[in-house]
Amino acid sequence: MTQRLNFILNNQEVDTSQHPGMSLLDYLRQEAHLTGTKEGCKEGDCGACTVLIGELIKDQIQYKSVNSCLLPIGDVDQKHIVTIEGLNREELSPIQTEMVNEGGTQCGFCTPGFVVSLSGYYLINDDYNTEDAIDSMNGNICRCTGYAGIKRTAHKITKKLNVALNNNHSKIELVVGEKILPEYFLDVKERLNSLINKKGSKVADDNSNSSYLYTISGGTDLMVQSWEDILKSDITLISDKNIISGIKEENGKIIIGGATTASAIEDSPIMAKYFPDIKEYFSLFGSLPIKNTATVAGNIVNASPIADMTNIFLALNSTLTLSNGSSKRKILLKDFYKGYKTLDKKENELLTFVSFNIPKENSFFNFEKVSKRKYLDIASVNSSILIDVEKDLINEINISAGGVSPIPLYLKKTCEFLTSNKINSKTLGEASEILQDEISPISDARGTAEYKSLLLRQLFYAHFIKLFPELIIIEELL
Amino acid sequence: MKNYDSIEHVRGESLFVDDQLTPIGTLFGYVACSPIAHGRIKNIDMTKALNIKGVKTILTAKDIPGENQIGGIIKDEELLADKEVHFVGQPIAFVVADNQLIAHEAADLIEYEFEKLPVITDPRKAAEAGELIQPPRTFKLGNTDEAFAKCDFVFEGKVESGGQEHLYLETQGAFAYPVEGGGIKIFSSTQGPTAVQRVTARILGIPMHKVEVDVLRIGGGFGGKEDQASPWAALAALGAKILNKPVKLILPRQQDMKITGKRHPYSSDFKIGLNKEGKILAYEAAFYQNAGAAADLSTAVLERTLFHCTNSYFIPNVKATAYCCRTNLPPNTAFRGFGGPQGMFVIESAIAKAAEKMGMSTVEIQKKNLLDEGDEFPYGQRTEHCRIRRCFKEAEEKYNFFEIKKRVDDFNSSNKLFKKGFAVMPVTFGISFTSTFMNQASALVHIYTDGSISVSTAAVEMGQGVNEKIRAVAQKVFSVNSERIKIETTNTTRVANTSPTAASKAADLNGYATQKACEILLERLKKVAAKELNIEQHNNISIQQEIIFNKDEKTDLTFDKLIQIAYFNRVSLSAQAHHSTPHIHFDKTKEKGKPFAYHSFGVGIVEATVDCIRGTYQIDSVKVVHDFGKSLHPVVDKGQAEGGIVQGIGWMTMEEVLYNEEGQLLTNALSTYKIPDIHFSPDDIQIHFLEDAPNPYGPFQSKAIGEPPLMYGIGAYFAIRNAMKIFKPESDIEFKAPMTPERVLLSLYKKTFVLKPTN
Repeated sequence: MTQRLNFILNNQEVDTSQHPGMSLLDYLRQEAHLTGTKEGCKEGDCGACTVLIGELIKDQIQYKSVNSCLLPIGDVDQKHIVTIEGLNREELSPIQTEMVNEGGTQCGFCTPGFVVSLSGYYLINDDYNTEDAIDSMNGNICRCTGYAGIKRTAHKITKKLNVALNNNHSKIELVVGEKILPEYFLDVKERLNSLINKKGSKVADDNSNSSYLYTISGGTDLMVQSWEDILKSDITLISDKNIISGIKEENGKIIIGGATTASAIEDSPIMAKYFPDIKEYFSLFGSLPIKNTATVAGNIVNASPIADMTNIFLALNSTLTLSNGSSKRKILLKDFYKGYKTLDKKENELLTFVSFNIPKENSFFNFEKVSKRKYLDIASVNSSILIDVEKDLINEINISAGGVSPIPLYLKKTCEFLTSNKINSKTLGEASEILQDEISPISDARGTAEYKSLLLRQLFYAHFIKLFPELIIIEELL
Repeated sequence: MKNYDSIEHVRGESLFVDDQLTPIGTLFGYVACSPIAHGRIKNIDMTKALNIKGVKTILTAKDIPGENQIGGIIKDEELLADKEVHFVGQPIAFVVADNQLIAHEAADLIEYEFEKLPVITDPRKAAEAGELIQPPRTFKLGNTDEAFAKCDFVFEGKVESGGQEHLYLETQGAFAYPVEGGGIKIFSSTQGPTAVQRVTARILGIPMHKVEVDVLRIGGGFGGKEDQASPWAALAALGAKILNKPVKLILPRQQDMKITGKRHPYSSDFKIGLNKEGKILAYEAAFYQNAGAAADLSTAVLERTLFHCTNSYFIPNVKATAYCCRTNLPPNTAFRGFGGPQGMFVIESAIAKAAEKMGMSTVEIQKKNLLDEGDEFPYGQRTEHCRIRRCFKEAEEKYNFFEIKKRVDDFNSSNKLFKKGFAVMPVTFGISFTSTFMNQASALVHIYTDGSISVSTAAVEMGQGVNEKIRAVAQKVFSVNSERIKIETTNTTRVANTSPTAASKAADLNGYATQKACEILLERLKKVAAKELNIEQHNNISIQQEIIFNKDEKTDLTFDKLIQIAYFNRVSLSAQAHHSTPHIHFDKTKEKGKPFAYHSFGVGIVEATVDCIRGTYQIDSVKVVHDFGKSLHPVVDKGQAEGGIVQGIGWMTMEEVLYNEEGQLLTNALSTYKIPDIHFSPDDIQIHFLEDAPNPYGPFQSKAIGEPPLMYGIGAYFAIRNAMKIFKPESDIEFKAPMTPERVLLSLYKKTFVLKPTN
């Protein structure tokens, strides 16, 4: 299974035939001999393989950072791929210079990934601050420097570019002018346009679903678990389907297309309107490159018991739309999981939409997650709550819990108990007992069963401590 | 000061083993490993695997032409398991195929039959069963029995510290190809090129001169590639030799994590005795080291635990015993600190316990017992140029302990659910290989006729900046532009019989050797210049910034010209020199001597905030005063300190190596084994270079830096612990590292939380 692919790799047009499931990383290193992009883990957890990918959307190139180890090369057709080699000019860029001067590099293996991520930050964003610049490298792991020199670099460059920002240049002109990027970037838009014109824009497949073994959306889990198998199989890329991405508000509901990425949800003004802390929650979900590719549908159908997005959508009591091309059906997310990694979904069905009611005025939402490492880690336990209250009386409540059951869990009994009850320490204490009856955690690398039980209790309390501090006496809970 | 390696790194142009262009026809290897932790191999069926298209060969123990033995200190480890397997992941067969994908697929199809044997993963159980790799060793000073009787307070306790995965970003790997005359050339990602050469020669049954090992640089080592890079190079060489083709072997991350050894977990007991003023009068410790299935470097690591069992304190009566326990885990190995951190964690725990029970502050006890000039360590060496009190005083003044305490107390009294804690961590670390014979290095320096200079040494560049330090040494001797100097790859044909780049010693040993070789050349050049300038006393000649001076007068002679003249006068422009550390010795029969050239000193202060509802924490700051000597490269040295600190914090907090009872590694990927990321690493890391601290035992008064800063990370454990104690003073917190969020939460709530029985 091969496919004709046309894209721009750094400063060069590429026309190649590869299995679309081959990872971009393998292509870069083995076929293109661009060895600046490194393989550190092949599971999206180290960032040594970070590249930028630019796509023409509404006549603008939108760049994002991705883990090339998890990106099927079929997804780079008609796009611009930027590796470390594509950032090099004859002289060092200011980022490269500061990385050297500030001790931001030691063994050098992770370094290209950091330089790509940080360069991407200044290319992608409209205004700069050190905190966000550092956060743009949240998917890059360094074992040598302790990150101190890297943070100093981000600080210095941000300061420098903020001065330059006042000029009335376009973003790309600004970063090229400041020598963050080489000059060829100025022409890439035209070149992508002509590439697309030459080839004709991609015609999306209809929704009739081939029964291929692998249907790859973001690939952030499939490409970790099964990349070797994928290379031997016929695959479907979601990007070739009419699976909608995007978020809209309609008839009191928020509707999210299945192919919407975690980053798109995190940055959505609609979501921010109803969930003011959405960025804070999503900051715990994964690295920027992962969130840039991972989709909501993938997160839900993967059925991981600790899936973060799923956890939130469970508490929002979301409805899923499944389509087999000719017909659609709807199912509540909390009824979707039948057992460990078992779904109420037929092989030819794809998850096309997730929707939920816009929270009522007296509703409060909160998300809690604890993992060994706060960022870029998988939850030991996570939990979301949506609660509708009148003073201290609970009208309606939905709570989810991850990492404590074979499936992403909706805490049905606990919610039933709390509905029409009053929020106080005594009620919560009783509810925490019921909650323990609903869960069945196992001991694994993310914690012992005992810990997970205790942690869920703590996170359950944390919801209320955070949302209703005035209604509870903490000492009575702990 | 320019850092040439860094410039390549930031452009992605520096090459690692897997980046080097390989010849057409290169084959790829994959290691087939034992799925069980202990057993006898009854049968290996390779039929299905060999049927895969593209498989060239599958090699097992019987295919090894030489001796199937890779053990370094003790010869107790096979390259490929022959009759028995001793840990999950022990290599049994080596598949060579057209590409890695095919090799992997074939390896998975090999079928084994085992007779399973009992599995031990706990070092104390191993000791009980008599599974000791060597007899226990004991270091003694004074008489602890008599001293304990005189103490006002005596406390005992148990301390556990966990393993640590090196997680060098570049996994283990090598590329080998056959050369004429039955030889092999290997590009290896190793800290020990000679170890690779020796092991490969032994495996192939050929003399060492037929094996050339070349190391351009490595993508992080931290000890993990000191001895444990050898098997992968030897396997690639075996494949190359047998098939007469180039063979590359790069371990995929999860396999690297599963089958290579890590920092040794320790389980230890202590007994500490003090007078009521807080002076420590006696200390006893027993260390049970989890060595894994073979000796590897464990005995040497354990020795350093004993050397550092009293950290920065003078204790007049000490008895410390160490047990090297054989278990069915991958053989654990060197890791930055090399047993020192494990020893220091125990004495710091003992002091913390004493402080808690006596109602004194830990800092007060620490301060009262710091080493003075001339104090004796339990191994007989006395301190010289002892700067631990100076570092402590400077840290106290510079960072103002009183203000830190006040800030922490204020925070704690105004916050109910978040608590802060801080801890002080003094570090005294001995510099030298404790095996005296290893303290040697040599350098080979060429000056080419165009005046460019080439330096080869035994040192491997792995991010620690040793190349820049060696360049600085050569540059200082010749007083020429640094652009002239190239630091070559580490190559066993150019520099033979190398000690591994380890023990923080590479810059010292190779720096001195380089200095000597450059001085030999300088002496020759001075003579040439004197003759050219018709000056009798060549000692009056000097080179200053590329220009030749007579006494302090500038001459017309430049370095370039001088080199030309020397060449046409048939003066050798190459020199080789050897350096061995003087005045060091250690007598293992008495456990006394002077094993270290000198000590490295410093003090770190760590602050942490704990979320007492969720059990999570952050490390707010690390503030250090460290004795760098007279730094050869401040950017490099500061980076070593910052990086070491964060690695040490990782070991004490989130880095948790978990095996189940069958010896299977549970944390075998970056998704389950977490190291500090950019957000966890403290934003506030301050490194103050102790001023006016020349080191007479280091090149140009410099000091070793690689390992010591890691141990400031131990302060993170105690900072978190102190915060927890503020929240629940009555909580019983075990001395058990890493202090994961799980340990924090369970320690705080275990007493009140009753787990319901599962249905």
